[in-house]
Amino acid sequence: MIHLQDVTKRYGERIALHPTDLDVAEGGVTALIGPSGCGKSTLIRTVLGLIEPDGGRVTVNGQGVNRESAEAVRRKVGYVIQDGGLFPHLTARQNVALMASYLKTDGVDARLGELADLTRLPKDAFDRYPAELSGGQRQRVGLMRALMLKPKVLLLDEPLGALDPLVRAALQQDLKRVFTEEGLTVLLVTHDMGEAAYLADRIVLMRDGRIVQEGALDDFRERPAEPFVAEFMNAQRPAVAI
Amino acid sequence: MRRWLVLLLILLSLPLRAQTVTVGSKKFTESYVLGEIARKVLTDAGFKVEHKQGIGATGIVWTALTKGDIGAYPEYTGTISEEILKKPGLDVATMAAELAKQGVGMSKDLGFNDGYGIAMSASEAKRLGIATISDLVKHPELKAGISHEYLARKDGWTPLAAKYGLTMRPDGVEHAIAYAALSAGKIDLTDCYTTDAEIKKYDLTVLKDDRGFFPLYRATFLYRLDLPKKAVAALDALGGTIDEKTMIALNAEANRTKDYGAAAALYFKGRGQNVQVHHDTLTEQIAPRLLEHLALVGVSLLAAVLVGIPLGTLAARPGPSSGFILSFTGLIQTIPSLALFGLLVPLAFFGIGLRTAIFALFLYSLLPIVRNTAAGLRAIPPALRESAEALGLPAAARLRLVEFPIALPTILAGVKTSAVINVGTATIAALIGAGGLGQLIQSGLSLNDNETILKGAVPAAILALIVQGAFDLLERSVVSKGLRT
Repeated sequence: MIHLQDVTKRYGERIALHPTDLDVAEGGVTALIGPSGCGKSTLIRTVLGLIEPDGGRVTVNGQGVNRESAEAVRRKVGYVIQDGGLFPHLTARQNVALMASYLKTDGVDARLGELADLTRLPKDAFDRYPAELSGGQRQRVGLMRALMLKPKVLLLDEPLGALDPLVRAALQQDLKRVFTEEGLTVLLVTHDMGEAAYLADRIVLMRDGRIVQEGALDDFRERPAEPFVAEFMNAQRPAVAI
Repeated sequence: MRRWLVLLLILLSLPLRAQTVTVGSKKFTESYVLGEIARKVLTDAGFKVEHKQGIGATGIVWTALTKGDIGAYPEYTGTISEEILKKPGLDVATMAAELAKQGVGMSKDLGFNDGYGIAMSASEAKRLGIATISDLVKHPELKAGISHEYLARKDGWTPLAAKYGLTMRPDGVEHAIAYAALSAGKIDLTDCYTTDAEIKKYDLTVLKDDRGFFPLYRATFLYRLDLPKKAVAALDALGGTIDEKTMIALNAEANRTKDYGAAAALYFKGRGQNVQVHHDTLTEQIAPRLLEHLALVGVSLLAAVLVGIPLGTLAARPGPSSGFILSFTGLIQTIPSLALFGLLVPLAFFGIGLRTAIFALFLYSLLPIVRNTAAGLRAIPPALRESAEALGLPAAARLRLVEFPIALPTILAGVKTSAVINVGTATIAALIGAGGLGQLIQSGLSLNDNETILKGAVPAAILALIVQGAFDLLERSVVSKGLRT
């Protein structure tokens, strides 16, 4: 469903991505993990054409991503960022419906109701502005906005990074349920191995613009590909132990 | 966009092109009074007359005449040869021939000489034993306050000081204020017109020009040769009817009544004509000026918004055009208003009047709008920009639906700043005959009359407050509640 081949990116002297391949099959949930600056956020942005790679090829559902096609691809892919990325001048409802009203699609109200149930957003939060919502509510609204046009693919970049542990745990459960119920193909960026292991069926670990190892959590624990993997796992241990 | 703007400006200036004779006058009492006299005789001759009062200095009024913005204005022979033709010492016949080459005629000599002179307090002059300009050489400690025009003129302070060997360094002051400064002892010397009523009022002595520096300044009307014959005849009929004593009395009447029309009426009364002086009520004085002021501010601000917001949007993008736009609009702001008028008035499209004033105000209004638009757009967090992009909104829709609404409070603050500054700046429009509340201020300054100054200044200040309040209300109604919590 998501296919990256030999994708590279450099900023001046600094190489953000060495030639990188990545595949996410339909219905699969892949988590990109690694320390800050490892290239995971750059990689996920190339899928939406938010960053144009210097080389290589990106396709989503068979469609090549380039300057001309980016807008069309973005409308078929949901994207959630830390703290929701909500527009402060619009209410929760207006944020979620923004793209649908721009495209003048039908059934906006029905879809809003569906999404509120799906993400468990209280109805009274609908007409509040982002500044009047809690962090968890903002994240739920951000998720609703991403799912409004019923995308088959969902990208999440550190979606829960700004939340306290209790809210975070509740949202992790809700996210997992949403992935299944909506039948989504998901690419998720996180720096938390516990979250990656809980939400994803495959984990991809990156370091310095390269993929170091990919597989299930057990592979990382039992068969680290290089010393860095073991070091990374050790640093994550308290969370993974839960 | 620019084409529409130009069209709008042309439409606005259309009423000025109506079939009227426009009389101009310079920014001092006598010129105002002579302008009013011309207004009356031309009206009697059957013309619709507009008197554009107190238009800047010689250069601006002369340009206005040659460009056809005005049809006639009072001038002095000394100024014509020294300043306009730049050929000192011409006789009247040669002067008239030279003027005719530029399409300008000269009416019959009105009957008086209003020369420049150097004046000081009579008692001080007596105490120090000063009777002639040569005597000043022995008193370099005296403080000279000289009018701006006289400081700059070819027949002005510099050649005068050179001829007499004067060493004091003069300060530039407004002519009407110089008399008040002289009587208060703030300055010791000033340039004067020999027919100024203040000479008698403040008991001043005009120092003898013992080396014969000052040329004759015989008063006359300059008019365009394409003016109807009947109008020229009416101006010529004024020839020889005003002697020096009469002119001093008329200037004194203007200073006493604070009303140039009343001074003109005194002239006609002396000629056996009883002219009913119409005294404008306070509303009649202020209301038309206020309307002009609103038009100046409204049109220039609207144009600045229409041009400034797109420019600011361009300037918000990284790249070389951004720096260029911001420094260019900043640069405009540093041009003094009089200098900008001086640059614009000779241009074919501009001249004196509404168009030039609106264009200048438009330029001055740009900076806060451009700067705030750019700043407001740049302040949008990158994550929000990216969110809008990731939704698949095209660039234009991102601007309209996301970026402008978020930057709106900052953009509106810029427009508000422009509007409030514009209300104040628009008072200088009077210097080029575009009216507005500044006309009352200028006319009050020429008469040294605080009451008239306040009639212009107080409404301008109130207007600025109202504009500020209106923008606060506008902000409350158009800025999203989400941006105010």
